[in-house]
Amino acid sequence: MLARPRARLRAVRERELERLRRLAGFYVAVARTAVQEQFQYRVANYAYMLGMITEPIVYLVVWSTVARSQGGSVGGYTPAQLAAYYIVWTLVRNVNIVFTPFGWEWRIREGTLSGMLLRPVHPIHYDLAYFAGWKLPVVVMWLPLAVVLSFAFHPAIAVTPAKAAAFFLAIWGAYLIRSMFMWVLGMITFWTTRVSAIYMTYFTLELLLSGRIVPLGLMPPWARTLASFLPYKWTFGFPIETLAADLGGAELLTGLGAQALWTAAGVALVAVVWRFGVRRYAAVGN
Amino acid sequence: MSRLLQALVLARTFLRISALNELQYRVNFFMELVQSLLALGTGLAVLALVFSHTRELAGWSQAELLAVMGVHILVGGVVRTAIQPNMLRLIEDVRDGKLDYLLTKPRDGQLLVSVRQLNVWQSVDCLVGAIVLGIAVVRLQRQLGVGQALGFAAALPLGVLVLYCFWLCLATGAFWVVRLEFIVELFDGIYQAGRWPVGVYPLGLRLVFTFLVPLGIAVTVPAEAIVGLAGGRTLLLAAGFAAVLVAITRWVWRRGLRRYSGASA
Repeated sequence: MLARPRARLRAVRERELERLRRLAGFYVAVARTAVQEQFQYRVANYAYMLGMITEPIVYLVVWSTVARSQGGSVGGYTPAQLAAYYIVWTLVRNVNIVFTPFGWEWRIREGTLSGMLLRPVHPIHYDLAYFAGWKLPVVVMWLPLAVVLSFAFHPAIAVTPAKAAAFFLAIWGAYLIRSMFMWVLGMITFWTTRVSAIYMTYFTLELLLSGRIVPLGLMPPWARTLASFLPYKWTFGFPIETLAADLGGAELLTGLGAQALWTAAGVALVAVVWRFGVRRYAAVGN
Repeated sequence: MSRLLQALVLARTFLRISALNELQYRVNFFMELVQSLLALGTGLAVLALVFSHTRELAGWSQAELLAVMGVHILVGGVVRTAIQPNMLRLIEDVRDGKLDYLLTKPRDGQLLVSVRQLNVWQSVDCLVGAIVLGIAVVRLQRQLGVGQALGFAAALPLGVLVLYCFWLCLATGAFWVVRLEFIVELFDGIYQAGRWPVGVYPLGLRLVFTFLVPLGIAVTVPAEAIVGLAGGRTLLLAAGFAAVLVAITRWVWRRGLRRYSGASA
């Protein structure tokens, strides 16, 4: 009598393990497709990257100019530290690009979501896997840019194994948090197609309060307080600073913990919004 | 002379039709307004942030930089209203082979591809830019002389002209590279650098942003003109550069057209 529930428990556990193994297989397959697909579009990927790195270069030049005019540093940042910040910025930005919420309108209008719904896995797994795979070609193509930028702007950066490890975790934390929140934003399209004003407001807040436009240390105190209650800085400022600044061990751990919490919050939000949103979905395409 | 007049009449007709078409979609106006105001807010916030740490940036005061920002928004508005939509349509038509229809018409091809589309609502940015510029001029607390006004009136069309040439050269790339959709991201990304006077940048970048991507001519020079920093020499140099660029663009366009193989796709 006692053996049976235990056997059933083992069977359940094995089924669950099998499900996870299959999901991992799915991730590998999709990520591999992304790698192969994106290596074909080298020119497009490079042009995209060049357009993107203009942004941090502009901030870097402006703030370095300010630092020099203030006798060598602004808010504790020297030009070399700013260079480190904005060069790491380019990598973090490349990694935290995820499926854009603007893409949802297309997904719904063209009916591609219908196809995704037929698959036995939640559609978010596809996006997570595809964009994660895309990062490999992106990072490979980013490396020469990083070398050029380093020669041009002389960053002050000291990489220790601990920092590198924390950075590796932090950029994936940023990737997950941003994936979840962009998905939630995108799903608003289930209710209304007039979404661009909402998205633009969101992106503006992100730009200002994430450490993207300027290290949060240069912001006025009230803005820093505000930023600490929002998810944005965990997707830009924190991962950048794990590598570019000298955060203590405690700060690194609390930061990674905060990222884990925001990821969990994002996952919960996605789950809830998806449940209600997908009911409203009526395929439009063919 | 009559040919130039004809070209102008033709352009006017094309642009009018496109504008009427766009005017039907009135909600887009509010979208553009929201976007424009958010961008303006961001720009002002950054400017305020910079000047909370310093009193001048590479010799420019806050009011002068506000003028640069005004010109940047204004010129960007012109680009997105009248230039970019035409160039995107050109890229699309080359890819789909639809350019055939246009090339069979008995008028100059470059003229026709340049006047087909006018996204009127995007011109909200022109308005916002003009207002910012006006406020900047008031805050400069200098008398705006006739010379400055004339200089600005000359420099602004020159700036738009060089950006038109630059965009057309990029779009002509479609004759060689088919997949060019990324070009907007590239242009918008690089255009952001024009928000600051090119003099801020280190020498290498300054040369890039003046000659390779003519942001210096398009934004900094008109701003310098109205602020009173640009003399006649700067304006003459800008005009000379524009003339050379027009010639190069014409040559690139002809070369590209020769590569075009039509609608056999």
